[in-house]
Amino acid sequence: MFVRGLKRKCFDGEEDIEGTLAGIKAIPSYNLQRQSLLDMSLVKLQLCHMLVEPNLCRSVLIANTVRQIQEEMTQDGTWQMINTQSTGQASLDRLVSTDILCRSSRDQAEGKHVPAYGTFNKDFESDQAHDSSETMSTASSVQAPRNLQSNVWEMENPQENKGNFQKSLDQIFETLENKSSNSVEDLFSEVDNSYYDLDTMLTGMMSNTKVGHCDSLETFSSPTNTASNSNCKSDLNDLDHIVEILVES
Amino acid sequence: FSGAGGGNDIQWCFSQVKGAVDDDVAEADIISTVEFNHSGELLATGDKGGRVVIFQQEQENKTQSHSRGEYNVYSTFQSHEPEFDYLKSLEIEEKINKIRWLPQKNAAQFLLSTNDKTIKLWKISERDKRPEGYNLKEEDGRYRDPTTVTTLRVPVFRPMDLMVEASPRRIFANAHTYHINSISINSDYETYLSADDLRINLWHLEITDRSFNIVDIKPANMEELTEVITAAEFHPNSCSTFVYSSSKGTIRLCDMRASALCDRHSKLFEEPEDPSNRSFFSEIISSISDVKFSHSGRYMMTRDYLSVKIWDLNMENRPVETYQVHEYLRSKLCSLYENDCIFDKFECCWNGSDRQVEFLSLCTSDLSNIVMTGSYNNFFRMFDRNTKRDITLEASRENNKPRTVLKPRKVCASGKRKKDEISVDSLDFNKKILHTAWHPKENIIAVATTNNLYIFQDKMN
Repeated sequence: MFVRGLKRKCFDGEEDIEGTLAGIKAIPSYNLQRQSLLDMSLVKLQLCHMLVEPNLCRSVLIANTVRQIQEEMTQDGTWQMINTQSTGQASLDRLVSTDILCRSSRDQAEGKHVPAYGTFNKDFESDQAHDSSETMSTASSVQAPRNLQSNVWEMENPQENKGNFQKSLDQIFETLENKSSNSVEDLFSEVDNSYYDLDTMLTGMMSNTKVGHCDSLETFSSPTNTASNSNCKSDLNDLDHIVEILVES
Repeated sequence: FSGAGGGNDIQWCFSQVKGAVDDDVAEADIISTVEFNHSGELLATGDKGGRVVIFQQEQENKTQSHSRGEYNVYSTFQSHEPEFDYLKSLEIEEKINKIRWLPQKNAAQFLLSTNDKTIKLWKISERDKRPEGYNLKEEDGRYRDPTTVTTLRVPVFRPMDLMVEASPRRIFANAHTYHINSISINSDYETYLSADDLRINLWHLEITDRSFNIVDIKPANMEELTEVITAAEFHPNSCSTFVYSSSKGTIRLCDMRASALCDRHSKLFEEPEDPSNRSFFSEIISSISDVKFSHSGRYMMTRDYLSVKIWDLNMENRPVETYQVHEYLRSKLCSLYENDCIFDKFECCWNGSDRQVEFLSLCTSDLSNIVMTGSYNNFFRMFDRNTKRDITLEASRENNKPRTVLKPRKVCASGKRKKDEISVDSLDFNKKILHTAWHPKENIIAVATTNNLYIFQDKMN
């Protein structure tokens, strides 16, 4: 788990960020915040420490959060708007929104009128017009998880990080430019399901924990609990693991 | 608490601190659990490196009547080792998740310690004499030449330096697919439960090759998983009753007499959500990280991310009391989500039961009247249910003069910061107090920071 104390007062290069900020007039909208949250959540789900078994509780909570956002976005119809006008502008906006999410407390302390990011009130809908340009498919954003993660979490060298962040975002936008879909299904159809399909992702993680012999060992005297949950996928994953180990040795 | 004096307010003073001084924390030294034994004489800690350290309270010094005995290291042993699950290509952490003491039955002490997968019963015994005067062996163990033996003698026990030995008496393994988060010893002192994310198992302390599965919330299709078990505990008096909490903020009370598999709860405790506070983080912060019965068993306490709630077992639809631990974090939830702090699992504990008070307040008030829980910046909080007063204290080496009353701390949520207040932005979220324990009989508390153990006691006159 990557823990970062919020005590860090200066995000180095604060001046640079503020310079960029000066050019952005719009307060990140609710949709943008929500999008950032969605991306952050997906990154978190992807980046479990694969050396040790991932924390199931944390994964389930994050997955539920993603589902909530998905549901809301589907109701809003926001999924359908993926027109990305200017990648540069959009990526900067996204950088800003993430920074502001991190710095909301500071801004508040300094008296800036910045909304509380902890509570996404549905009433807070400003600048809907901006949303269409800024909303983008989150599917591909997951394809560059490492860059995204390392640069969102580690603010030690934000100047350099900002550059990388932008680069990875550009990659994302490149792949998106030609995509335009009108429905959620189309959106997902071109995506590698194993990355984005939440359910598969969850199953993928869970299948790591499903082992045939463990299931049988753990419930000796409980006939009511003999439902065998193994499915092909888990068996295949186990097989993969075994083959991996054999091959590596 | 330590305000206007008088009354029953406890005045907490620093007593001791254990652990390394330097700021550079070795990962293995991170304290992961703290527990007093039933008499309070022993205090056990478990750490991320799989070690258990037990402290023993010195006998009270008659000349120093103004302070209770100090806690000194009694025994240290490696409880769990790191393991590697070759089938899944995953490490099994040796971190000790929980320690629970058994009540003392003979000269030895017994405790259960668990990591993610395996529970162990440890016997801690003292040896302060050894036999000397063997006929066939020299004192150093070498065998004597039999021809030199001309007389026979009976070996006698002679005193020796105290040696404390820890030996594993039972190993309860291979019963949990998921990570064990709780163990709880039944009031029959013969059985105990262990809970992981999806299942709860019942064990007999003497039997290691079998356990009964009593709760299973694993869905047939793992894709449908939306809720996990976060904590479980047996009722202190009723040996067939236990509760378990979930990541959705619910507590289920189950009766093992109802059926072999307690998937259907007897009671479901859940507070309806406050619509004005609804956000994307509502579910995460409602996830219960700890549940503890009161001494009488009439109440139970739950800890979620921002609050402590007291429930009356007779009322399922809402808690009878709610205490805000650090409400000022509500507006920072997004940042706390980003840095994963929102997933921190804080524990909570009740005060010990004071025997004098016990006699006097037989029917009137519950003995469990103070709750304690940790927060960030090495702060910890206490709430008095009777007076409705609360206090914030800090575990820090800076204020470590014995018998000096700890100064209450205050966090300034917004607006002008008064002198001595700390603003929310200055809080150090790396310094978190997750584990605290209260001596079962006296006003002595153990508070674990990341790698240090602080002991505070009330100011005796």
